[in-house]
Amino acid sequence: MSKASKGEGPAREWPLWEVFVRAKNGLSHKHAGSVHAADARMALEAARDTYTRRMEGVSLWVVPSSAITASDPGEGAALFEPAADKIYRHPTFYTIPDGVKNI
Amino acid sequence: MATLFDHAIRLGDDALILGQRLSAWCGHAPMLEVDLALANIALDLIGQATLFLKLAGEEEGKGRDADALAFRRDVLDFRNCLLVEQPNGDFAQTIARQFLFSNWQELLMMEIAQAPSPALSAIGAKAVKEVAYHARYASEWVVRLGDGTEESRRRMIAGLDWMWRFVDELFDPEDGASSLRPAWDARVAATLRAASLDVPGPRRGVLGGRKGHHSEHLGHLLCEMQFLQRAYPDASW
Repeated sequence: MSKASKGEGPAREWPLWEVFVRAKNGLSHKHAGSVHAADARMALEAARDTYTRRMEGVSLWVVPSSAITASDPGEGAALFEPAADKIYRHPTFYTIPDGVKNI
Repeated sequence: MATLFDHAIRLGDDALILGQRLSAWCGHAPMLEVDLALANIALDLIGQATLFLKLAGEEEGKGRDADALAFRRDVLDFRNCLLVEQPNGDFAQTIARQFLFSNWQELLMMEIAQAPSPALSAIGAKAVKEVAYHARYASEWVVRLGDGTEESRRRMIAGLDWMWRFVDELFDPEDGASSLRPAWDARVAATLRAASLDVPGPRRGVLGGRKGHHSEHLGHLLCEMQFLQRAYPDASW
């Protein structure tokens, strides 16, 4: 393996990219994982080779991981727990017609 | 005049030998992502080899299937071009070989997809999509390495230098592929320009692969590739 993967510090590593795959037209892109790549085009190819080799997708997005702002786990209680007792926000009172697969 | 058998066995051997060569990178590539990419390309090529050699076996009509042709032929009976049997060297040398070969193979497969033989054209039509990706992948690496650091550039130049003498064989008029040369020259020149690399100067081409005159490298490759079928014929598990 190269020096880069022996962990000689972040400067020698290629940047990380998050990969999103659209499984078929009509569905949204879903996060599939991440790849290392020196540029966006290389990231797309690495994503293609890593995440769509078994026909998983029809479209790919790659996003620099550094462009993602994540929520703070420490704020989990304030951010997410208030939703816990508000079941009326779930559309569970509708009956879904037979044959509808995605809603 | 080359028969369909000749044609299929050359195409099959090209794909088989390069597929085997590339497989040797598995677990050794500079990055996990590159490892996967090279293994994917190798598998595409071995898949093509299976189809071409199966067709060759059927044309020959002596009951040899793709496995028999791949694993029970001696080095003198292989008809691959010399380019594909060249050693992997460093990553840049491998990329140089892939770049020169895939650009040629893509043009060839586009032509074969229109071949009069339906069996041949079906394989060509399937392969052309795979090979278009190989050509793109290798070309982009040529640009990255050629236009990268001083070291990557030096290695890329050395890799192209090693491989360049085996280019003429791809366009040997005896194979009828000489008409592809202008398109290939244009593609290769465009990528090298983007990589700020010079097109290597003309040199005396080495020929002979299509007649079974191979470099010493092929024998060693076959030793490894054929060992199991030679030692344990028809082994299965």
